[in-house]
Amino acid sequence: MWDVIEAPILWQGAWVTVQLTLYSAALAFALAFPFGLAGISRHAWVRAIGRFYVEVFRGLPALVLMFWFFYSLPLAGLRLETLFAGVAALGLNYGAYGAEVVRGALKAVPKTQFEAAVALNLRPAQRVRRVLLPQAVPLMLPTFGNQLVELMKATAIVSLISISDLMFRAQQLRSSTGEGAAVFLVILVMYFVIAQAMLLLVRYLERRSERTLGRVRAEGAAR
Amino acid sequence: MEPSDASAGVLPKGGTPGIRFDKVVKSYGGNAVLRGLDFTIAPGERVTLIGPSGCGKTTILRLLMTLEKADGGDIWIGDRALTHMDKGGKKAPPSEKHLHEMRKQVGMVFQQFNLFPNMSVLRNLTEAPVHVLGDSKDEAAERARELLEMVGLAGKADAHPSQLSGGQQQRVAIARALAMRPKVLLLDEVTSALDPELVVGVQDLLRDIARQSDLTLLCVTHEMNFAKDISDRVLMFAEGRIVEEGPPEQIFSAPAEQRTRDFLQAVLAT
Repeated sequence: MWDVIEAPILWQGAWVTVQLTLYSAALAFALAFPFGLAGISRHAWVRAIGRFYVEVFRGLPALVLMFWFFYSLPLAGLRLETLFAGVAALGLNYGAYGAEVVRGALKAVPKTQFEAAVALNLRPAQRVRRVLLPQAVPLMLPTFGNQLVELMKATAIVSLISISDLMFRAQQLRSSTGEGAAVFLVILVMYFVIAQAMLLLVRYLERRSERTLGRVRAEGAAR
Repeated sequence: MEPSDASAGVLPKGGTPGIRFDKVVKSYGGNAVLRGLDFTIAPGERVTLIGPSGCGKTTILRLLMTLEKADGGDIWIGDRALTHMDKGGKKAPPSEKHLHEMRKQVGMVFQQFNLFPNMSVLRNLTEAPVHVLGDSKDEAAERARELLEMVGLAGKADAHPSQLSGGQQQRVAIARALAMRPKVLLLDEVTSALDPELVVGVQDLLRDIARQSDLTLLCVTHEMNFAKDISDRVLMFAEGRIVEEGPPEQIFSAPAEQRTRDFLQAVLAT
Protein backbone atom coordinates (compact mmCIF):
# COMPACT_ATOMS: atom_id res chain seq x y z
CA MET A 1 0.00 0.00 0.00
CA TRP A 2 2.75 2.46 0.92
CA ASP A 3 4.56 1.96 -2.32
CA VAL A 4 1.33 2.96 -4.09
CA ILE A 5 0.86 6.11 -2.00
CA GLU A 6 4.47 7.06 -2.42
CA ALA A 7 4.52 6.50 -6.17
CA PRO A 8 5.57 9.88 -7.63
CA ILE A 9 3.55 9.34 -10.79
CA LEU A 10 0.29 9.49 -8.79
CA TRP A 11 1.27 12.86 -7.36
CA GLN A 12 2.23 14.08 -10.81
CA GLY A 13 -1.13 12.85 -12.04
CA ALA A 14 -2.94 14.67 -9.25
CA TRP A 15 -1.19 17.88 -10.22
CA VAL A 16 -2.25 17.44 -13.85
CA THR A 17 -5.84 16.87 -12.69
CA VAL A 18 -5.74 20.10 -10.65
CA GLN A 19 -4.29 22.03 -13.60
CA LEU A 20 -6.86 20.60 -16.00
CA THR A 21 -9.61 21.59 -13.60
CA LEU A 22 -8.30 25.13 -13.28
CA TYR A 23 -7.86 25.64 -17.04
CA SER A 24 -11.29 24.19 -17.83
CA ALA A 25 -12.91 26.19 -15.04
CA ALA A 26 -11.26 29.38 -16.32
CA LEU A 27 -12.63 28.70 -19.80
CA ALA A 28 -16.05 27.80 -18.39
CA PHE A 29 -16.17 31.07 -16.41
CA ALA A 30 -15.04 33.09 -19.39
CA LEU A 31 -17.96 31.62 -21.36
CA ALA A 32 -20.56 31.53 -18.56
CA PHE A 33 -20.57 35.28 -17.86
CA PRO A 34 -21.01 36.70 -21.38
CA PHE A 35 -23.51 34.03 -22.41
CA GLY A 36 -25.36 34.26 -19.08
CA LEU A 37 -25.57 38.05 -19.47
CA ALA A 38 -26.78 37.56 -23.03
CA GLY A 39 -29.68 35.62 -21.53
CA ILE A 40 -31.07 38.73 -19.81
CA SER A 41 -30.52 41.13 -22.70
CA ARG A 42 -33.28 43.47 -23.87
CA HIS A 43 -32.53 42.40 -27.43
CA ALA A 44 -34.09 39.16 -28.61
CA TRP A 45 -31.21 38.36 -30.96
CA VAL A 46 -28.67 38.62 -28.13
CA ARG A 47 -30.80 36.32 -25.99
CA ALA A 48 -30.99 33.92 -28.95
CA ILE A 49 -27.20 33.72 -29.14
CA GLY A 50 -27.06 32.92 -25.44
CA ARG A 51 -29.72 30.23 -25.79
CA PHE A 52 -27.97 28.71 -28.79
CA TYR A 53 -24.69 28.28 -26.95
CA VAL A 54 -26.35 26.88 -23.85
CA GLU A 55 -28.59 24.42 -25.67
CA VAL A 56 -25.82 23.16 -27.96
CA PHE A 57 -23.14 22.57 -25.37
CA ARG A 58 -25.46 21.45 -22.59
CA GLY A 59 -26.72 18.78 -24.95
CA LEU A 60 -23.36 17.39 -26.02
CA PRO A 61 -21.51 14.79 -23.94
CA ALA A 62 -18.12 16.18 -22.95
CA LEU A 63 -16.53 12.82 -23.65
CA VAL A 64 -17.67 12.69 -27.26
CA LEU A 65 -16.89 16.35 -27.78
CA MET A 66 -13.37 15.72 -26.51
CA PHE A 67 -12.81 12.82 -28.90
CA TRP A 68 -14.14 14.91 -31.74
CA PHE A 69 -11.68 17.73 -30.96
CA PHE A 70 -8.93 15.16 -30.55
CA TYR A 71 -9.48 13.56 -33.94
CA SER A 72 -10.86 16.38 -36.06
CA LEU A 73 -8.69 19.36 -35.19
CA PRO A 74 -5.52 17.77 -36.60
CA LEU A 75 -7.49 17.07 -39.82
CA ALA A 76 -8.21 20.80 -40.04
CA GLY A 77 -4.48 21.38 -39.84
CA LEU A 78 -4.60 22.50 -36.21
CA ARG A 79 -1.74 20.96 -34.30
CA LEU A 80 -2.61 21.56 -30.72
CA GLU A 81 -1.57 19.91 -27.54
CA THR A 82 -3.72 17.00 -26.49
CA LEU A 83 -4.53 18.99 -23.37
CA PHE A 84 -6.42 21.46 -25.54
CA ALA A 85 -9.03 18.89 -26.59
CA GLY A 86 -9.74 18.05 -22.94
CA VAL A 87 -9.87 21.64 -21.69
CA ALA A 88 -11.98 22.82 -24.65
CA ALA A 89 -14.52 20.01 -24.30
CA LEU A 90 -14.90 20.42 -20.54
CA GLY A 91 -14.80 24.23 -20.64
CA LEU A 92 -17.46 24.50 -23.35
CA ASN A 93 -19.65 21.94 -21.63
CA TYR A 94 -19.46 23.42 -18.13
CA GLY A 95 -19.56 26.97 -19.51
CA ALA A 96 -23.06 26.17 -20.77
CA TYR A 97 -24.20 25.04 -17.31
CA GLY A 98 -22.47 28.06 -15.83
CA ALA A 99 -24.24 30.44 -18.22
CA GLU A 100 -27.56 29.15 -16.89
CA VAL A 101 -26.38 29.74 -13.32
CA VAL A 102 -25.32 33.30 -14.19
CA ARG A 103 -28.62 34.00 -15.93
CA GLY A 104 -30.65 32.52 -13.08
CA ALA A 105 -28.78 34.52 -10.45
CA LEU A 106 -29.17 37.77 -12.39
CA LYS A 107 -32.89 37.11 -12.67
CA ALA A 108 -33.07 36.41 -8.93
CA VAL A 109 -31.91 39.93 -8.03
CA PRO A 110 -35.12 41.81 -7.19
CA LYS A 111 -36.48 43.81 -10.10
CA THR A 112 -36.73 46.81 -7.80
CA GLN A 113 -32.92 46.99 -7.73
CA PHE A 114 -32.91 47.34 -11.49
CA GLU A 115 -35.59 50.01 -11.22
CA ALA A 116 -33.63 51.95 -8.62
CA ALA A 117 -30.65 51.85 -10.98
CA VAL A 118 -32.82 53.23 -13.80
CA ALA A 119 -34.20 55.93 -11.51
CA LEU A 120 -30.63 57.01 -10.76
CA ASN A 121 -30.07 57.18 -14.50
CA LEU A 122 -27.31 54.54 -14.57
CA ARG A 123 -26.67 53.44 -18.13
CA PRO A 124 -27.65 49.87 -19.10
CA ALA A 125 -24.10 48.52 -18.74
CA GLN A 126 -23.65 50.30 -15.41
CA ARG A 127 -26.89 48.81 -14.08
CA VAL A 128 -25.46 45.38 -14.71
CA ARG A 129 -21.91 46.01 -13.57
CA ARG A 130 -22.56 48.17 -10.52
CA VAL A 131 -25.90 46.91 -9.23
CA LEU A 132 -27.00 43.55 -10.63
CA LEU A 133 -23.75 41.57 -10.88
CA PRO A 134 -22.42 42.44 -7.42
CA GLN A 135 -25.69 41.14 -5.99
CA ALA A 136 -25.94 38.15 -8.31
CA VAL A 137 -22.43 36.75 -7.83
CA PRO A 138 -23.04 35.70 -4.20
CA LEU A 139 -26.13 33.80 -5.41
CA MET A 140 -24.02 31.97 -7.98
CA LEU A 141 -21.30 30.81 -5.62
CA PRO A 142 -22.93 27.73 -4.05
CA THR A 143 -23.86 26.33 -7.46
CA PHE A 144 -20.47 27.23 -8.89
CA GLY A 145 -18.93 25.27 -6.01
CA ASN A 146 -20.94 22.21 -6.99
CA GLN A 147 -20.05 22.60 -10.63
CA LEU A 148 -16.37 23.04 -9.90
CA VAL A 149 -16.32 19.69 -8.10
CA GLU A 150 -18.37 18.10 -10.89
CA LEU A 151 -15.89 19.47 -13.39
CA MET A 152 -12.91 18.22 -11.41
CA LYS A 153 -14.36 14.69 -11.33
CA ALA A 154 -15.22 14.87 -15.00
CA THR A 155 -11.57 15.57 -15.89
CA ALA A 156 -10.97 11.83 -15.46
CA ILE A 157 -12.24 11.35 -19.03
CA VAL A 158 -9.06 12.91 -20.43
CA SER A 159 -7.17 9.75 -19.50
CA LEU A 160 -8.91 8.25 -22.55
CA ILE A 161 -6.94 10.51 -24.86
CA SER A 162 -3.73 9.74 -22.97
CA ILE A 163 -3.40 12.93 -20.97
CA SER A 164 -1.43 11.83 -17.94
CA ASP A 165 -3.90 12.89 -15.27
CA LEU A 166 -4.56 11.09 -12.01
CA MET A 167 -6.77 8.46 -13.62
CA PHE A 168 -4.26 7.78 -16.41
CA ARG A 169 -1.39 7.45 -13.95
CA ALA A 170 -3.44 5.10 -11.81
CA GLN A 171 -3.97 2.78 -14.73
CA GLN A 172 -0.26 2.88 -15.53
CA LEU A 173 0.54 2.04 -11.95
CA ARG A 174 -2.01 -0.76 -11.85
CA SER A 175 -0.59 -2.43 -14.92
CA SER A 176 2.98 -2.15 -13.65
CA THR A 177 2.27 -3.31 -10.06
CA GLY A 178 -0.93 -5.29 -10.43
CA GLU A 179 -2.29 -3.69 -7.26
CA GLY A 180 -5.57 -2.49 -8.77
CA ALA A 181 -7.59 -2.35 -5.55
CA ALA A 182 -4.98 -0.35 -3.64
CA VAL A 183 -4.28 2.03 -6.53
CA PHE A 184 -7.90 2.94 -7.12
CA LEU A 185 -8.63 3.27 -3.41
CA VAL A 186 -5.74 5.72 -3.12
CA ILE A 187 -6.84 7.85 -6.06
CA LEU A 188 -10.44 7.86 -4.80
CA VAL A 189 -9.12 9.46 -1.64
CA MET A 190 -7.00 11.86 -3.66
CA TYR A 191 -9.98 12.99 -5.77
CA PHE A 192 -11.96 13.46 -2.58
CA VAL A 193 -9.25 15.59 -0.99
CA ILE A 194 -8.92 17.77 -4.09
CA ALA A 195 -12.71 18.27 -4.06
CA GLN A 196 -12.69 19.25 -0.40
CA ALA A 197 -9.92 21.79 -0.97
CA MET A 198 -11.95 23.35 -3.77
CA LEU A 199 -15.09 23.49 -1.64
CA LEU A 200 -13.16 25.18 1.17
CA LEU A 201 -12.12 27.89 -1.25
CA VAL A 202 -15.70 28.34 -2.46
CA ARG A 203 -17.04 28.53 1.10
CA TYR A 204 -14.49 31.19 1.92
CA LEU A 205 -15.67 33.22 -1.08
CA GLU A 206 -19.29 32.72 -0.06
CA ARG A 207 -18.65 34.05 3.43
CA ARG A 208 -16.79 37.03 2.07
CA SER A 209 -19.54 37.91 -0.38
CA GLU A 210 -22.24 37.60 2.26
CA ARG A 211 -20.38 40.12 4.34
CA THR A 212 -20.24 42.65 1.54
CA LEU A 213 -23.98 42.29 1.03
CA GLY A 214 -24.52 42.82 4.74
CA ARG A 215 -26.24 39.49 5.29
CA VAL A 216 -23.78 38.88 8.08
CA ARG A 217 -23.34 41.97 10.17
CA ALA A 218 -19.77 43.21 10.23
CA GLU A 219 -18.30 42.83 13.70
CA GLY A 220 -18.48 45.85 15.95
CA ALA A 221 -20.90 47.70 13.70
CA ALA A 222 -23.03 50.10 15.67
CA ARG A 223 -26.72 50.24 15.04
CA MET B 1 -34.64 66.80 12.67
CA GLU B 2 -34.70 70.26 11.06
CA PRO B 3 -32.57 70.49 7.93
CA SER B 4 -29.40 72.41 8.60
CA ASP B 5 -28.54 75.67 6.86
CA ALA B 6 -26.41 73.60 4.53
CA SER B 7 -29.59 72.22 2.95
CA ALA B 8 -30.04 75.45 1.02
CA GLY B 9 -26.93 74.52 -0.92
CA VAL B 10 -27.74 70.89 -1.64
CA LEU B 11 -31.32 71.35 -2.72
CA PRO B 12 -32.02 72.22 -6.34
CA LYS B 13 -33.12 75.74 -7.14
CA GLY B 14 -34.46 77.20 -10.36
CA GLY B 15 -34.92 75.83 -13.85
CA THR B 16 -37.71 73.53 -12.73
CA PRO B 17 -39.83 72.07 -15.53
CA GLY B 18 -43.53 71.38 -15.44
CA ILE B 19 -45.17 68.11 -16.42
CA ARG B 20 -47.97 67.44 -18.86
CA PHE B 21 -49.88 64.22 -19.56
CA ASP B 22 -51.77 64.35 -22.83
CA LYS B 23 -54.35 61.58 -23.45
CA VAL B 24 -52.07 58.97 -21.94
CA VAL B 25 -53.24 55.39 -22.28
CA LYS B 26 -51.77 52.40 -20.48
CA SER B 27 -53.11 48.93 -19.90
CA TYR B 28 -51.77 45.73 -18.45
CA GLY B 29 -52.98 42.64 -20.26
CA GLY B 30 -56.37 44.03 -21.24
CA ASN B 31 -56.84 45.88 -17.96
CA ALA B 32 -56.85 49.59 -18.80
CA VAL B 33 -55.36 51.59 -15.94
CA LEU B 34 -54.95 54.94 -17.71
CA ARG B 35 -57.74 55.84 -20.12
CA GLY B 36 -56.75 59.05 -21.82
CA LEU B 37 -55.22 60.69 -18.78
CA ASP B 38 -54.81 64.49 -19.01
CA PHE B 39 -53.25 66.72 -16.43
CA THR B 40 -50.70 69.48 -16.10
CA ILE B 41 -48.34 70.33 -13.28
CA ALA B 42 -46.81 73.80 -13.23
CA PRO B 43 -43.06 74.26 -12.72
CA GLY B 44 -42.28 74.01 -9.02
CA GLU B 45 -45.81 72.93 -8.14
CA ARG B 46 -46.37 70.26 -5.51
CA VAL B 47 -49.11 67.87 -6.42
CA THR B 48 -50.50 64.85 -4.66
CA LEU B 49 -52.35 62.04 -6.35
CA ILE B 50 -54.99 60.35 -4.26
CA GLY B 51 -57.43 57.61 -5.16
CA PRO B 52 -58.35 53.98 -4.53
CA SER B 53 -55.38 51.64 -4.29
CA GLY B 54 -54.44 49.52 -7.25
CA CYS B 55 -55.99 51.96 -9.68
CA GLY B 56 -52.78 53.15 -11.36
CA LYS B 57 -51.45 56.11 -9.38
CA THR B 58 -48.07 54.48 -9.11
CA THR B 59 -48.15 53.77 -12.85
CA ILE B 60 -48.24 57.52 -13.45
CA LEU B 61 -44.99 57.94 -11.51
CA ARG B 62 -43.43 54.90 -13.17
CA LEU B 63 -44.20 56.32 -16.60
CA LEU B 64 -42.42 59.55 -15.68
CA MET B 65 -39.43 57.56 -14.41
CA THR B 66 -39.39 55.54 -17.68
CA LEU B 67 -39.98 52.31 -15.75
CA GLU B 68 -43.06 51.78 -17.91
CA LYS B 69 -43.94 52.70 -21.47
CA ALA B 70 -47.20 54.41 -22.33
CA ASP B 71 -49.40 52.63 -24.89
CA GLY B 72 -50.58 55.93 -26.28
CA GLY B 73 -50.62 59.67 -25.73
CA ASP B 74 -47.78 62.01 -24.86
CA ILE B 75 -45.96 62.87 -21.67
CA TRP B 76 -44.03 66.12 -21.49
CA ILE B 77 -41.39 67.18 -19.01
CA GLY B 78 -40.74 70.86 -19.59
CA ASP B 79 -40.80 71.44 -23.34
CA ARG B 80 -39.53 67.99 -24.29
CA ALA B 81 -41.59 64.88 -24.80
CA LEU B 82 -40.67 61.80 -22.81
CA THR B 83 -42.72 59.51 -25.01
CA HIS B 84 -41.21 60.41 -28.37
CA MET B 85 -38.37 62.18 -30.10
CA ASP B 86 -38.55 64.63 -32.92
CA LYS B 87 -36.90 63.16 -36.00
CA GLY B 88 -37.07 65.49 -38.99
CA GLY B 89 -40.47 66.78 -37.94
CA LYS B 90 -41.80 63.29 -37.32
CA LYS B 91 -42.46 61.49 -34.07
CA ALA B 92 -39.98 58.69 -33.42
CA PRO B 93 -39.87 56.27 -30.49
CA PRO B 94 -37.49 57.49 -27.79
CA SER B 95 -33.96 56.09 -27.90
CA GLU B 96 -32.10 55.03 -24.75
CA LYS B 97 -30.02 58.20 -25.19
CA HIS B 98 -33.14 60.36 -25.25
CA LEU B 99 -34.51 58.63 -22.15
CA HIS B 100 -31.14 59.13 -20.45
CA GLU B 101 -31.33 62.87 -21.12
CA MET B 102 -34.92 63.06 -19.87
CA ARG B 103 -34.18 61.08 -16.71
CA LYS B 104 -31.55 63.63 -15.71
CA GLN B 105 -34.38 65.89 -14.56
CA VAL B 106 -36.30 63.29 -12.59
CA GLY B 107 -35.69 61.54 -9.28
CA MET B 108 -37.84 58.96 -7.57
CA VAL B 109 -38.22 57.63 -4.05
CA PHE B 110 -39.77 54.19 -3.78
CA GLN B 111 -42.13 52.64 -1.27
CA GLN B 112 -39.57 49.94 -0.43
CA PHE B 113 -36.51 52.28 -0.44
CA ASN B 114 -34.59 50.00 -2.85
CA LEU B 115 -31.18 50.94 -1.51
CA PHE B 116 -28.31 49.00 -3.06
CA PRO B 117 -27.31 46.32 -0.52
CA ASN B 118 -23.90 45.87 -2.14
CA MET B 119 -22.83 49.40 -1.18
CA SER B 120 -22.37 51.45 1.97
CA VAL B 121 -24.77 54.30 2.65
CA LEU B 122 -22.25 56.81 1.31
CA ARG B 123 -21.67 54.86 -1.88
CA ASN B 124 -25.41 54.58 -2.43
CA LEU B 125 -25.31 58.38 -2.62
CA THR B 126 -22.12 58.81 -4.65
CA GLU B 127 -22.32 55.95 -7.17
CA ALA B 128 -24.61 57.64 -9.69
CA PRO B 129 -23.23 61.20 -9.34
CA VAL B 130 -19.73 59.87 -9.99
CA HIS B 131 -20.54 57.46 -12.80
CA VAL B 132 -23.44 59.26 -14.46
CA LEU B 133 -22.89 62.96 -13.80
CA GLY B 134 -19.11 62.67 -13.87
CA ASP B 135 -18.61 64.33 -10.47
CA SER B 136 -15.23 63.70 -8.89
CA LYS B 137 -15.24 61.21 -6.02
CA ASP B 138 -14.38 63.91 -3.50
CA GLU B 139 -17.04 66.29 -4.75
CA ALA B 140 -19.67 63.57 -4.69
CA ALA B 141 -18.66 62.41 -1.20
CA GLU B 142 -18.78 65.95 0.13
CA ARG B 143 -22.25 66.55 -1.29
CA ALA B 144 -23.38 63.16 -0.05
CA ARG B 145 -22.27 64.02 3.47
CA GLU B 146 -24.15 67.32 3.30
CA LEU B 147 -27.26 65.49 2.15
CA LEU B 148 -26.89 62.88 4.89
CA GLU B 149 -26.62 65.68 7.42
CA MET B 150 -29.75 67.26 6.00
CA VAL B 151 -31.71 64.02 6.41
CA GLY B 152 -30.33 63.59 9.92
CA LEU B 153 -27.99 60.69 9.25
CA ALA B 154 -24.59 62.35 9.29
CA GLY B 155 -23.15 59.52 11.39
CA LYS B 156 -24.31 56.70 9.10
CA ALA B 157 -22.19 57.32 6.02
CA ASP B 158 -20.17 54.14 6.45
CA ALA B 159 -23.03 52.00 7.70
CA HIS B 160 -24.51 49.26 5.59
CA PRO B 161 -28.14 49.74 4.51
CA SER B 162 -29.17 46.56 6.37
CA GLN B 163 -27.98 48.15 9.63
CA LEU B 164 -30.53 50.96 9.34
CA SER B 165 -34.17 51.10 10.39
CA GLY B 166 -36.84 51.50 7.73
CA GLY B 167 -37.16 55.19 8.46
CA GLN B 168 -33.42 55.68 8.20
CA GLN B 169 -33.29 53.70 4.95
CA GLN B 170 -36.00 55.88 3.47
CA ARG B 171 -34.07 59.02 4.50
CA VAL B 172 -31.03 57.63 2.72
CA ALA B 173 -33.17 56.90 -0.34
CA ILE B 174 -34.45 60.49 -0.33
CA ALA B 175 -30.89 61.79 -0.07
CA ARG B 176 -29.80 59.41 -2.84
CA ALA B 177 -32.49 60.74 -5.18
CA LEU B 178 -31.54 64.35 -4.37
CA ALA B 179 -27.84 63.59 -4.95
CA MET B 180 -28.63 63.40 -8.67
CA ARG B 181 -29.86 67.02 -8.55
CA PRO B 182 -33.28 66.30 -10.07
CA LYS B 183 -35.75 69.05 -10.92
CA VAL B 184 -38.75 66.79 -10.50
CA LEU B 185 -39.10 64.48 -7.52
CA LEU B 186 -41.53 61.55 -7.56
CA LEU B 187 -42.60 60.13 -4.21
CA ASP B 188 -44.29 56.73 -4.43
CA GLU B 189 -46.06 55.97 -1.14
CA VAL B 190 -42.79 56.66 0.61
CA THR B 191 -44.11 56.12 4.11
CA SER B 192 -46.43 53.15 3.62
CA ALA B 193 -43.73 50.56 4.34
CA LEU B 194 -42.65 52.28 7.55
CA ASP B 195 -43.55 51.49 11.14
CA PRO B 196 -46.14 54.03 12.34
CA GLU B 197 -43.74 55.78 14.72
CA LEU B 198 -41.27 56.46 11.90
CA VAL B 199 -43.78 57.96 9.47
CA VAL B 200 -43.93 61.45 10.94
CA GLY B 201 -40.17 61.98 10.88
CA VAL B 202 -39.90 61.14 7.19
CA GLN B 203 -42.94 63.29 6.40
CA ASP B 204 -41.44 66.24 8.27
CA LEU B 205 -38.24 65.85 6.32
CA LEU B 206 -40.08 65.86 3.00
CA ARG B 207 -42.12 68.88 4.04
CA ASP B 208 -38.92 70.77 4.79
CA ILE B 209 -37.38 69.73 1.50
CA ALA B 210 -40.51 70.86 -0.35
CA ARG B 211 -40.47 74.20 1.44
CA GLN B 212 -36.80 74.90 0.82
CA SER B 213 -36.50 73.85 -2.81
CA ASP B 214 -38.03 74.66 -6.17
CA LEU B 215 -38.60 70.99 -6.93
CA THR B 216 -41.66 70.02 -8.90
CA LEU B 217 -43.15 67.39 -6.65
CA LEU B 218 -45.50 64.60 -7.61
CA CYS B 219 -46.53 62.46 -4.74
CA VAL B 220 -48.69 59.36 -4.33
CA THR B 221 -49.82 58.80 -0.77
CA HIS B 222 -52.55 57.36 1.41
CA GLU B 223 -51.68 59.73 4.24
CA MET B 224 -54.26 62.45 3.84
CA ASN B 225 -52.72 64.77 6.43
CA PHE B 226 -49.41 64.59 4.63
CA ALA B 227 -51.16 65.28 1.34
CA LYS B 228 -52.86 68.29 2.91
CA ASP B 229 -49.56 69.65 4.22
CA ILE B 230 -47.29 69.12 1.31
CA SER B 231 -49.40 69.90 -1.74
CA ASP B 232 -50.47 72.99 -3.60
CA ARG B 233 -53.01 70.88 -5.41
CA VAL B 234 -54.59 67.45 -5.02
CA LEU B 235 -55.68 65.27 -7.92
CA MET B 236 -58.31 62.64 -7.28
CA PHE B 237 -57.61 59.77 -9.63
CA ALA B 238 -60.04 56.92 -10.31
CA GLU B 239 -60.85 54.59 -13.18
CA GLY B 240 -58.03 55.82 -15.35
CA ARG B 241 -58.78 59.54 -15.15
CA ILE B 242 -58.57 62.57 -12.92
CA VAL B 243 -62.08 62.89 -11.58
CA GLU B 244 -61.56 65.97 -9.47
CA GLU B 245 -58.81 68.40 -8.62
CA GLY B 246 -58.30 71.43 -6.47
CA PRO B 247 -56.41 72.89 -3.56
CA PRO B 248 -56.20 70.48 -0.61
CA GLU B 249 -58.55 72.55 1.58
CA GLN B 250 -61.27 72.24 -1.01
CA ILE B 251 -60.76 68.57 -1.86
CA PHE B 252 -60.63 67.45 1.74
CA SER B 253 -63.39 69.64 3.16
CA ALA B 254 -65.78 70.12 0.27
CA PRO B 255 -65.25 67.50 -2.45
CA ALA B 256 -67.58 68.01 -5.38
CA GLU B 257 -67.60 64.46 -6.72
CA GLN B 258 -69.35 61.51 -5.13
CA ARG B 259 -66.36 59.25 -5.86
CA THR B 260 -64.05 61.60 -4.00
CA ARG B 261 -66.43 61.70 -1.04
CA ASP B 262 -66.67 57.91 -0.94
CA PHE B 263 -62.93 57.54 -1.17
CA LEU B 264 -62.18 60.07 1.56
CA GLN B 265 -64.80 58.57 3.80
CA ALA B 266 -63.26 55.11 3.37
CA VAL B 267 -59.70 56.36 3.98
CA LEU B 268 -60.50 58.57 6.94
CA ALA B 269 -62.57 55.84 8.59
CA THR B 270 -59.48 53.64 9.00
